[in-house]
Amino acid sequence: MVDEVFIGTLVASTLRVSVPLILCALAGVLCERAGVIDLGLEGKMLMTAFAAASVGVVSGSVVLALAAAMAVGVALSMLHGYACVSHRGDQVVLGMGITMTAAGLTVVLGIAWFQQGGQTPPLPDAVRLDRWFVGAGEVVGQIPFMGRALQLAFFGHNLMVYATGVLVFAVWWLLYRTRFGLRLRAAGENPGMVDAAGVSVKALRYQALALNGVMSSLAGAYLVLAQNPSFIPNMTAGRGYMALAALIFGKWHPVGALWACLLFGFLDAVSIRLQGAKLPAFMGGGEVPVQAIQAMPYVLTVVLLAGFIGHAVAPKALGRPYLKER
Amino acid sequence: MSQTLELPRWLDVAVLPLVNLAFALAVAAGVVMLVGFDPGEVLSLLVKGAFGSQAGISYTLYYATTFVFTGLAVAVAFHGGLFNIGGEGQAIMGGLGAGLVALAFAHALPAWLMLPLMVLAAMLFGMVWAAIPGALQAWRGSHVVITTIMFNFIAAALLGYLLVNTLKEPGNMTPESRAFGDSALLPGVHDALGWLGISWPSTPLNLSVLLAAAAAVLVWLALWRTRPGYALRAVGFAPDAALYAGMAPRKLIIVSMAASGALAGLVGINEIAGVHGRLLPDFVAGAGFAGIAVSLIGRNHPVGVVLASLLFGALYQGGAELAFEIDGFSRDMVFMLQGLIVLFAGAMAQVAAPGLARVWFAIAPQRAASQVPQRTPGA
Repeated sequence: MVDEVFIGTLVASTLRVSVPLILCALAGVLCERAGVIDLGLEGKMLMTAFAAASVGVVSGSVVLALAAAMAVGVALSMLHGYACVSHRGDQVVLGMGITMTAAGLTVVLGIAWFQQGGQTPPLPDAVRLDRWFVGAGEVVGQIPFMGRALQLAFFGHNLMVYATGVLVFAVWWLLYRTRFGLRLRAAGENPGMVDAAGVSVKALRYQALALNGVMSSLAGAYLVLAQNPSFIPNMTAGRGYMALAALIFGKWHPVGALWACLLFGFLDAVSIRLQGAKLPAFMGGGEVPVQAIQAMPYVLTVVLLAGFIGHAVAPKALGRPYLKER
Repeated sequence: MSQTLELPRWLDVAVLPLVNLAFALAVAAGVVMLVGFDPGEVLSLLVKGAFGSQAGISYTLYYATTFVFTGLAVAVAFHGGLFNIGGEGQAIMGGLGAGLVALAFAHALPAWLMLPLMVLAAMLFGMVWAAIPGALQAWRGSHVVITTIMFNFIAAALLGYLLVNTLKEPGNMTPESRAFGDSALLPGVHDALGWLGISWPSTPLNLSVLLAAAAAVLVWLALWRTRPGYALRAVGFAPDAALYAGMAPRKLIIVSMAASGALAGLVGINEIAGVHGRLLPDFVAGAGFAGIAVSLIGRNHPVGVVLASLLFGALYQGGAELAFEIDGFSRDMVFMLQGLIVLFAGAMAQVAAPGLARVWFAIAPQRAASQVPQRTPGA
């Protein structure tokens, strides 16, 4: 019975910490498949989280909070496009710039608007996302042997957790089953060909970036609407980079990225749970090296990138600005 | 426009960065006004805080020392055609290297032996931490930008693990090592000036500042006055041509990353040996990322890096004073400005260039006429 509860809550917390990673990785997949590197995921997530939190606190409306996050996310993506697609600026540098600016700007505005050292006040309950399928979970909980674990693991999450699953499918569908997706991927592999076919590479990359802005704003909004009761300075704490690692680990594929995010989320959930726990006697019996588990996603990504387990091949034109011949 | 008018060199090297800097400052001033402060007052207090007293100047130089190391690190890698975002992790490892030798030998060795040993250890640890991504790039094609980011997190986790599990002082609740002992402390500048009979306020500024100056000169000499430096710049500038000329790009990738990491590792000397005297978490505090801004605004040249470091040192020190003087002002304003500088001087560096060119050729049309417009493919 104890094990059942343990497994159920572990799966549940894995899902909950994975959701912002998955959304953020989808944002990355969308624009990197179009050939635009996004190292600004961390900054976009932080900035949109702040937008959602501050508008949520002031207006008391989920819809307005989400709208504000999306407006900020898309605006940042358009800046990304203006600098890197229109003016062929360095995409890596732009991402670093957005992330660094976001880290400072959110705190400056937070202090000015809310006077709580950069935090926002806690969001009112009306703005927080409700738990869904609680009733269905009760029913499932009655099933013998595994009912309780299933209930704890998969029911009673907020809407965004379930929506994220749908979004992974939607992004996959968009990229692999629609004409737009084919063109978008072509813009990341061989922009010259797209251009020769009479399709604008620039427009495709801007569209990909707009979708990227929407996705990263959902990731940011999740942090304050579902995970944490208020915005805290630097609350993304490297999640944007971890999402980037996951999208590489998932070989720039939405479903691959989903599994990578779940793996990284699982490691995160485990490391929180094992803080201070003892290793079993046959492993020396010392404290569990939590930091080693936390560093695992990054180590795995480096190993994968080095080609020691499979090979991650980036879109061919990734990071290369497209120059239209005249 | 398929023809680009080339800017005269002095405009490109000196004026364009200043224009970009002005844009970043203008946006920052907008934010300052938005949150209800007077930009003029902020600027004058900032300058006063950074340069208005002996202590202020010392703090400015102390911050600048760290930025020279990380800025040079980015610049050296950049000349080799690589973007090293791992300054943060390499600096952590540098501090770890310095700290480990200090903890191991400081009770036994005199300062004249201990301090050079720490410098070497800091450089070696930073070097290794950068050379691994370099080697992975050279032989396995893993992109150095991504691997260095990952290495930042791995370094932070490693330092955290060591501090919590093995190096923590028994009985101390915070994850810090014990104090090193006197022979592992780099003298402060106030100590050094004291030996000369000059009295100077006690600040974190230490003799690392001389190390930073030496590093800038050595980087300049190595890159522009030696054969390997020439080869390194050739590989960064035109990899195919360099390969054709018989240079070994793989070896040079590792060399430039190793040199870059060694420079970033020296941050550990300024912070760990110069100020804290013990190993602790978070001593790098974003300096690795600041190095990107420093190198960009300094146009990847040692002279530019030193000037940009002084600018950033002044911003950090002035920002700290401002946070102290004005209620509700936070140092994060400086971090924001740093990000804006990366945006404007780095990612959007070429946005302002055509405008500047138009202005210049409007002022000096006879020069424009004498210049044959160059046709670059598709530009």
